[in-house]
Amino acid sequence: MNVQLVTRPLDDPPTIGKSATGIEGLDEITYGGLPAGRPTLLCGSAGCGKTLFSMTFLYNGATQYNEPGLFVAFEEKPEDLVKNVGSLRYDLQRLIAEGKLAVDHVHVDRNQLEESGDYDLDGLFIRLGFAIDSIGAKRVVIDTIETLFGGLTNEAILRSELRRLFEWLKAKGVTAIITGERGDGALTRYGLEEYVADCVILLDNRVQEQLSTRRLRIVKYRGSPHGTNEYPFIIDAEGITVMPITSSGLAHDASTERISSGIADLDEMLEGKGYFKGSSVLISGMAGSGKSTTAAHFADSVCASGQRCIYFAMEESPQQIVRNMRSIGLDLQSWVDNGLLKFVARRPNLYGLETHLASMHREVAEFDPAAVVVDPMSALMAAGLAGDVHAMVLRLVDYLKAKGVTGLFTNLGGIQAETANTEMQISSLMDAWLLLYNKESNGEHNRQLYLLKSRGMAHSNQVREFLMTRNGIRLREAYIGPDGVLTGSARLAQEAKEEAAHLQRLQEVARKRRVLERKRQEIGAQIELLRAQLASEEEELAAFNDESQSREDRARQDRVAMQASRKSERVATLKQSSGKA
Amino acid sequence: MSEQDGYNLRLYIAGQTPKSIAAIANLNRLCEKHLAGRYNIEVIDLMKDPALAQRDQIVAIPTLIRQLPEPLKRIIGDLSNAEKVLVGLDIRPT
Repeated sequence: MNVQLVTRPLDDPPTIGKSATGIEGLDEITYGGLPAGRPTLLCGSAGCGKTLFSMTFLYNGATQYNEPGLFVAFEEKPEDLVKNVGSLRYDLQRLIAEGKLAVDHVHVDRNQLEESGDYDLDGLFIRLGFAIDSIGAKRVVIDTIETLFGGLTNEAILRSELRRLFEWLKAKGVTAIITGERGDGALTRYGLEEYVADCVILLDNRVQEQLSTRRLRIVKYRGSPHGTNEYPFIIDAEGITVMPITSSGLAHDASTERISSGIADLDEMLEGKGYFKGSSVLISGMAGSGKSTTAAHFADSVCASGQRCIYFAMEESPQQIVRNMRSIGLDLQSWVDNGLLKFVARRPNLYGLETHLASMHREVAEFDPAAVVVDPMSALMAAGLAGDVHAMVLRLVDYLKAKGVTGLFTNLGGIQAETANTEMQISSLMDAWLLLYNKESNGEHNRQLYLLKSRGMAHSNQVREFLMTRNGIRLREAYIGPDGVLTGSARLAQEAKEEAAHLQRLQEVARKRRVLERKRQEIGAQIELLRAQLASEEEELAAFNDESQSREDRARQDRVAMQASRKSERVATLKQSSGKA
Repeated sequence: MSEQDGYNLRLYIAGQTPKSIAAIANLNRLCEKHLAGRYNIEVIDLMKDPALAQRDQIVAIPTLIRQLPEPLKRIIGDLSNAEKVLVGLDIRPT
């Protein structure tokens, strides 16, 4: 029971005790259950679920709240009753054997009955009293006491006795449900609402567009606040679930955590991180634009991170989805096998829109997933009136947000005015909106993806080409040409052109490099030659230098020798004088 | 009283209420008048034996059940309207 109620602050504590019904949703809208120790009138037309509803009240009381219950059946025999609620997997036989439940069939047959004089219903009181005391019943259901009006003729006695009965039930301190058939212009055919004034609940089963939806409304609840809307409810094998979805308000937390879209290139467009956790994402596009594939990627990524995901398939069977996604390299079956992925496949026209959302509501409550995929949400249009879709989706989105579940909805739509209108209604509820479309150019259709909005982040504004490969979805950087975004073969041609240009450039560079190299080699050779010339000239110079040196040396020696020969005596004299001194 | 045409009657009451007392008196008087020697009345007080109310499908008090002869017949009320009682018990006034 995680539904948050924000409609009313709890300043004033409830003054009356409540007896929980254990019916999911009902306890929320009644703020705790039915008035304890008082009778509640449950009315509705034939076949709207009164008997199952009241039996669920007893069953839950016996199994969950340890409150034994008594079922007083005026219409069905106990064995029929046990069989009928067997459809809800209620094992009444066991409860009866354990003394937690008693069933009393009160049979009044007018044909066998003659009335003579004054009487009262003490027999009924004694029966009820005895049955209540024998199992210590805290809960009593009387279904449908108005049958007595058919069996007994004296309405005046009946009315006063019924009044006494309800007083007596109150005095007994049992929490009772009295069921009544809906009458013309009145809640019940015999005006039981006059007697049972504490709490009146109206059940309704309406058929619109050949689809029936069960609804519940609390007409009055004395001494207690209560939800005043009509709430859809469903009856199936799991029991009864009431949808108090409208009670969820805009008070959900806004997470800053991110959750991957499952497509790396798309994450890149979303600040490189993906969607916000708990946000609602709408993927709209024409048929065959890749909505389901995008959704499957997301589901795959959620499961890969070890979290649970529910995939509500409205048009394809789970086997079909698994097979199709295998072709792009996604193995969804393994996630199904290890319990992380749950497929819920339902035809949209199986039941009404509200019932769809009610059952989704419960699947989510039971499976507690991190993310939910609805593929395609537009299929629900077939299950309800156009005006209802907006309100219903709003409830679902609110519910998912309140639970912090990321919701991904696909929507089949296109340029047509009708579907665009749907998108306009739904898209304002969505935090992120991916637009997928096929664009025709050069005689071919190519997929494109555009992130129309993504609240709260600086997302890419580019149109990307959307490719489905054997290894999943790839988003290509778009080529922007003079005629807009180039996709498909136009993009390939552009790529080839650029490739050729690139190659040409490379070749040019190589050629220039070769020319330069050759030049370097030529100049190198010239340098070698000049250096060799220089070297030989240096050698020549050296040789010349040596020659002139030796020539000078010789000349000097000759001069010395000549001098020596001229002044040889004087030298000898000097030598002598110095020898004397 | 023979087995074939004998009347086996049961009167269910809940304590000694004015209605119960009236019903017993009315029944006795009728039987004496129309079924003298051919009837048997059993008065069951549900206050003392409440389980019988469910077993015998009693809703209104007082209830008179004709056990025999078959088929089963029921009359509710204090039996103050003798004509209706006779019709209900399928007795032709003698």
